[in-house]
Amino acid sequence: MRIDDRLEIETPEGALLTLSLAGPVTRAMAYGIDLLLRLLIFAIVALLLSLAGKAGTGLMLITLFLLEWFYPTLFEALRHGQTPGKKWMGIAVVHSNGSPLSFNGSLIRNLLRTADAFPLFYLLGFVSTLISPRFQRLGDMAANTLVIHVENPATSSKNEQGYNEAPDWSLNRDDQLALLAFQERHEQFSEARQQELAQLAYPELSPPLALKKLQAVTRFLMEGAR
Amino acid sequence: MKQIRFEQQYRPGWESLEQQLTQLEAVRVSRRKALPLDHFVGDYRQLCHQLALARERSYSLELQQYLNNLVLRAHRQLYRYNPPLAERIGQFFAHGFPQAVRRQWQWHLISALSFVLSIALAWWLVQQQPDMVYTVLDESSLADIEMMYQPEGSDVNVHEGRTGEDDVVMFGFYIKNNIGIAFRTFAGGLLLGVGAIVVMLFNGSFFGAIAAHLINVGGDQPFFTFVIAHGAPELTAIVLAGGAGLRLGWAIIAPGAYTRLDALRLAARDALPTMYGVFTLLLLAAFIEAFWSPREFEPMVKYAVGAACWGLLYLYLIFGGRDGSRKR
Repeated sequence: MRIDDRLEIETPEGALLTLSLAGPVTRAMAYGIDLLLRLLIFAIVALLLSLAGKAGTGLMLITLFLLEWFYPTLFEALRHGQTPGKKWMGIAVVHSNGSPLSFNGSLIRNLLRTADAFPLFYLLGFVSTLISPRFQRLGDMAANTLVIHVENPATSSKNEQGYNEAPDWSLNRDDQLALLAFQERHEQFSEARQQELAQLAYPELSPPLALKKLQAVTRFLMEGAR
Repeated sequence: MKQIRFEQQYRPGWESLEQQLTQLEAVRVSRRKALPLDHFVGDYRQLCHQLALARERSYSLELQQYLNNLVLRAHRQLYRYNPPLAERIGQFFAHGFPQAVRRQWQWHLISALSFVLSIALAWWLVQQQPDMVYTVLDESSLADIEMMYQPEGSDVNVHEGRTGEDDVVMFGFYIKNNIGIAFRTFAGGLLLGVGAIVVMLFNGSFFGAIAAHLINVGGDQPFFTFVIAHGAPELTAIVLAGGAGLRLGWAIIAPGAYTRLDALRLAARDALPTMYGVFTLLLLAAFIEAFWSPREFEPMVKYAVGAACWGLLYLYLIFGGRDGSRKR
């Protein structure tokens, strides 16, 4: 079993989808943003309705009810599983087969929110997300839904030019993946760290040379002998 | 085939699919028919194939990620849930709701019994020993309640001078309060059914104690003429929410042939129609409670209307949707 937050789902067409699950902290932050937004909406509505006198109080209570119970449901059902807070955090609710959230699914998970909030500050829901292998709170389990990351990084198939060189050992699949991951993510590391990593592959070379050699090999993997 | 050639060959296809997806995501479900989507399904199948190839051939992770995201977006659009709404709502009230209630009659019975028995117990206790009412309510709220239901012929009448605006305030209050209680009762059921039972017992003894106390102080006629009509949908809805919650709790306690997770899922799906019904009943109750119950009429009229509410509601729940077609 892989110990990370990815989940693979097979579609009816036989393709494997990889979903990356959102953890409790991201979700709590999304919830916080939604909470602030709801307070803001309520403050504005209350301000407007206070001009309407007594009947305004009644409407205010209805607004409070709608904000409490239907704000998440309506946003999730109508906006591709995203409340504004979730959108901000780049997460969305989907059914566990990866299909978009239905109204019923959203309603179940939001009606059961009270049980997750029990006894205070979403303690039960928090514990449940930690125990569940798919980061589901109780409402998610009952509705069979997941919260996933949905950011869509645009592919940049930039090809640095340079000489390439066939690796001097026979690559297996894991080696390939490791090299490709290095190629794609090396810009996130400092030069020294890159050299350090490269030396894992070529301990006999000096750090700068090892890095150069490793880059040539990954280039070979990307482009092949053209 | 090397990755570069693979990308060169298929990228135009991916880009056209991306365009179609952008269009699809922008419009509402009902307007999708107008879009030119003849190639969508074919393109999607090819994309799935290409993703599998890219994985098998260990092309760069970045490309795999890009294709994976594209498949994910297309999958979402293709398998999107697409309901014809008005028809489903009609079907629901004609068949779905009463059938859903009857399907889980055991749970609603348990919920109703715990409610009714706690009413009876509190009622009996307060009738025997009037001071017992203070175990449920404190003095000031009791005074408020006595104010509201002054006996016939007294000088004060709180409903007099009540305006349309007050009705709206109360309507909002009933919506927020009662529907919130019903939803919480349902969710409370998830805690092994305890939450749901506690709410039923608590509300039951509350109601029983107040009723008995008002009889003791002679305010029974204003009280019963006030509650009888909206009591039908309101009390029924709370009992149904409790029953639906118990069903959830039992799925966790005794999942039967399923795993606990699957049992919970099935129970939630099964209980959801009841909750839609509960919501509707409580809206109805709030309307009656805010706009009909405070009106002054002859007690006979109020009792007759109240009896009609109870009768019609239970006729509907017991006989509604029994036309032989077992639609779910």
